[in-house]
Amino acid sequence: MLGAFLETLIGGLLTGVLYSLVALGFVLIFKASGVFNFAQGAMVLFAALTIARLSGEIDNKEVHLANFVVAAAILGVAVALIGWYAWREYVARGAGPDERRKMQMLAAVGALVGGIAAYSYGKGAWPIWLAIAATAAIMGLLAYAIERLVLRHLVNQEGIILFMATLGIANFLDGFGQTLWGSDIYKINLGLPKDPLFLFENVFPGGLLVDPGELVAAGIAAGLVVVLAIFFQKTRVGRALRAVADDHAAAQSVGIPLNTIWLIVWTVSGLVALAAGLIWGAKLGVQFSISLIALKALPVLILGGFTSVPGAIVGGLIIGAGEKLSEVFLAPVLVKAFDLAGGGIENWFAYMLALVFLLFRPQGLFGERIIERV
Amino acid sequence: MAARVRSFPDVLLSVENISLSFGGVKALTDISFDIAKGEIRAIIGPNGAGKSSMLNCINGFYHPQQGAITYKGVRRSQMKPHEAAEQGIARTFQNIALFRGMSTLDNIMTGRNLRMKTGLFWQALHIGPAQREEIENRKAVERIIDFLEIQHIRKAPVGQLPYGLQKRVELGRALAAEPELLLLDEPMAGMNIEEKQDMCRFILDVNDEFGTTICLIEHDMGVVMDISDRVVVLDYGKKIGDGVPDEVRSNEAVVAAYLGVSH
Repeated sequence: MLGAFLETLIGGLLTGVLYSLVALGFVLIFKASGVFNFAQGAMVLFAALTIARLSGEIDNKEVHLANFVVAAAILGVAVALIGWYAWREYVARGAGPDERRKMQMLAAVGALVGGIAAYSYGKGAWPIWLAIAATAAIMGLLAYAIERLVLRHLVNQEGIILFMATLGIANFLDGFGQTLWGSDIYKINLGLPKDPLFLFENVFPGGLLVDPGELVAAGIAAGLVVVLAIFFQKTRVGRALRAVADDHAAAQSVGIPLNTIWLIVWTVSGLVALAAGLIWGAKLGVQFSISLIALKALPVLILGGFTSVPGAIVGGLIIGAGEKLSEVFLAPVLVKAFDLAGGGIENWFAYMLALVFLLFRPQGLFGERIIERV
Repeated sequence: MAARVRSFPDVLLSVENISLSFGGVKALTDISFDIAKGEIRAIIGPNGAGKSSMLNCINGFYHPQQGAITYKGVRRSQMKPHEAAEQGIARTFQNIALFRGMSTLDNIMTGRNLRMKTGLFWQALHIGPAQREEIENRKAVERIIDFLEIQHIRKAPVGQLPYGLQKRVELGRALAAEPELLLLDEPMAGMNIEEKQDMCRFILDVNDEFGTTICLIEHDMGVVMDISDRVVVLDYGKKIGDGVPDEVRSNEAVVAAYLGVSH
């Protein structure tokens, strides 16, 4: 019995780490701009689609050359922009106005390199690491586009207006991803070990069954979560992000450039979406329903608090474990007691838990308490 | 109440023929004045005179339709707020604009933002240069905290502090940037006598000890006449007076704007 309990718990916690990862994407943007980013799920789907299509083998008749030319051009420009940013950040801080020309040259070179890459890899089947790197670059570029085309025009606007803007971004991305990459179900092959592990065989009869793929995925997610938590709590940029979230005007007055901060945040949450898309895609296959994972993150956020990085982590673990445990142990009891047709607790338990939390701690486990002086 | 008479030879900032309007509403009309290096310059005027708009033009929140601002010898028609900050202009706000979720310490640390230069890479790792830099700047912030006598609220979330202390933290954040020009928008609004005296003392000390040029907006005439070297008076977006406190006090247009006259 204890063995079965632990097994379920571990499985639940491993899934929970992945929930944390998705929730973290929300928290980052919420902290930095006070916006609930409805597009996070769409970003996960977009990233997963991009990786799947770049790394996957593609039948001849399915090749849409245009797709790859577009992708390669985007990739090239993105590489160039990142290179330019790194150059400016590390080599020539505060350099003169000829920066822009150098950036344009870099972009041209990047596009050329991208074009060559596209030509040689026109039929997909990129090595997985290259596909991931390319997708990271594309997510960075996406963040730049979102900042430049949408957010920049909405400085100092109400939160609800920014929220509506993210709704638009979500719809656009859902459609654009399918335009570019097609709407079939794709696979991502990360080459993770498939054979189940059995732990503590001498303690429990039969041992504890653990999926090594999930273990690796959880490890990656946990590492990412820790790095991000430190980055946002302890560094200058982290502090600048929190400042922007609290007050746009005041942040600008101490010399924090709003545009750069938003670019950083959206890039980071794009990368988080990439990690989530990669792991979920490898687990479930890449399909439209992946974008609904965003909804799984909602109870996690309510539980942990919208502004808390540790909250997202703990909330994810609680929801993950709670879901699995309720499905395995609570469901049979309920089914028996009320003569129900089936379990399915997994689907609504998280929301129930979140609802109960809302009653007692509206700000979440670790959220900032809202105190108003009247 | 003897006005202090000091002389300031160098001009730090000069405003030339600034006009600003929002749609059909003219907020500022053809305003020109200068701020000398090292002085305390006050902008006064009745409500709605355009005082805050003037400050917002100087630090780049508003972009005037006409005119130019020359700062440290560079003439420009507009500037972004973060560029103004990079050029050494810091400010406080009329309705306190603190980062409410953060502690006093973190709020003032954000003021050091521009003094910290390590790249993202080191910061992400939180080791090496990034950590050294964090410690150095933390020291500077502690000096400001001592100076403003707010040691006891160092870790308190600022959203919970009383009004007077919030104003002081906001001043601390502006000072943390070690500005050359400090813009204060009604630093003493809503304060009691004691808090006002404290704030006056801090403003004078900042000016004396660090040589910071200060431009402030204030309604309390006693305070303004006491601490400022020169005063510019606005009314309905137009300049109606400019000079040392005694001159301004005896200026008929100024008296009329404040007390009203029968025409």
